[in-house]
Amino acid sequence: MIGVLALQGGFIEHIHALEKLGVPNFEIREMGDLEKNKPDGIILPGGESTTIGKLLHSSGLFQCIDDLIRSGVPVLGTCAGMILLAKRIVNDDRLYFQAMDISVKRNAYGRQLGSFCAVENFEGIGRIPMTFIRAPFIERIDDENVQILCRMDDHIVAARQKNMLVTSFHPELTDDLRVHQYFLDKF
Amino acid sequence: MNERYELNKNLAQMLKGGVIMDVTSPEQARIAENAGACAVMALERIPADIRAAGGVSRMSDPKMIKEIQHAVSIPVMAKVRIGHFVEAQILEAIEIDYIDESEVLSPADDLFHIDKTKFNVPFVCGAKDLGEALRRISEGASMIRTKGEPGTGDIIQAVRHMRMMMSQIRQIQNQREDELFHTAKELQVSYELVQYVHENGKLPVVNFAAGGVATPADAALMMQLGAEGVFVGSGIFKSGNPAKRAEAIVKSVTNFNNPALIAQLSEDLGEAMVGINEQEIDLLMAERGK
Repeated sequence: MIGVLALQGGFIEHIHALEKLGVPNFEIREMGDLEKNKPDGIILPGGESTTIGKLLHSSGLFQCIDDLIRSGVPVLGTCAGMILLAKRIVNDDRLYFQAMDISVKRNAYGRQLGSFCAVENFEGIGRIPMTFIRAPFIERIDDENVQILCRMDDHIVAARQKNMLVTSFHPELTDDLRVHQYFLDKF
Repeated sequence: MNERYELNKNLAQMLKGGVIMDVTSPEQARIAENAGACAVMALERIPADIRAAGGVSRMSDPKMIKEIQHAVSIPVMAKVRIGHFVEAQILEAIEIDYIDESEVLSPADDLFHIDKTKFNVPFVCGAKDLGEALRRISEGASMIRTKGEPGTGDIIQAVRHMRMMMSQIRQIQNQREDELFHTAKELQVSYELVQYVHENGKLPVVNFAAGGVATPADAALMMQLGAEGVFVGSGIFKSGNPAKRAEAIVKSVTNFNNPALIAQLSEDLGEAMVGINEQEIDLLMAERGK
């Protein structure tokens, strides 16, 4: 069972992707959801990181999910999800799980006019379509255990470390399911 | 153009499950962001004050909008008058994240809406039924909201508009395919848009509620009726304790199916905006721009 954090943002798109892959899943909206189900993997979706971060704390979910991440449960963070997992954010002092040794820049491509689509090589998958919406990127990696999976114009837009996989872009917004499949297979 | 339109619809998708709050200063914008708003709407006067002041209401001062853009990291939206494409060009020039072509301001054109396909920035438009929603989408809107009745604190119109849209969507879903041509003619939209609704049972873009939301219960009501998120205008900064009310509405939108939690959230919020009943108002903003 994959738990998809469903506090705000594009969670339904991840659920649709999982359903297309035939993967059982559930929404994580409140503490009860994690008492009823034990996730084998967690997805932190896109949305506004400030909103999701706020709701993580007020719902009490923060500690629970933090424990799960640190216990090694696989986690996929897309866009805002990457920000939630980063140990450092270069242009913001609000930090969340601080689990992954990356320094992330928020809204790194500017405002909505800077949003774009691209096709780029993703290590271990091949060329895939990528949708960047007011996206962050990884300015630098802070530990040699972080493996870079995709670069776009000299910026890191996908990486993995231990049980964590992060992307600047939104694999859930395209019909290409290979990033989700990669997460399910390799983690 | 197509790729840009997809990206603009995508941004609205990332706002889903969130609350977009009207703010009139950088300070209010920060309060909104700290309360968990997923975006803010920058404007000089909130709808309740526009209603009270009367006169012509226009796009806000770009300087004030830019100050709000600098104050917060979440998307910043701003309003232009219906049909006023130069106001829209100005907002595009200052890189606004979303333009609201809004009936809250005085319309600049009583016949033509802005041709939104000519812009790179996204547009959200109000609608009170499915025909209006689909016509705005065919003009290039990448997000829809109910019109409701702004600045009243009275939820009845938003409820009416959301129910109308949802029931029309359900009707189209149940139609025979050969009936869709006639429906397209009646709604004055393309067959393709009606066919999309028939096949998917939803609008092709994200649909929020707006106009009259004042309490956490109002917000949850709109979510249960099918809204994918909520705009709150006057309801927050016209109330006794804006920060607390804003936070409560944000949580209520996430947990719209959890009455026990909404009960807790509704406690001790201080005074709600006073509001005006729909029978007491002279100006129906929802009648602007069809």
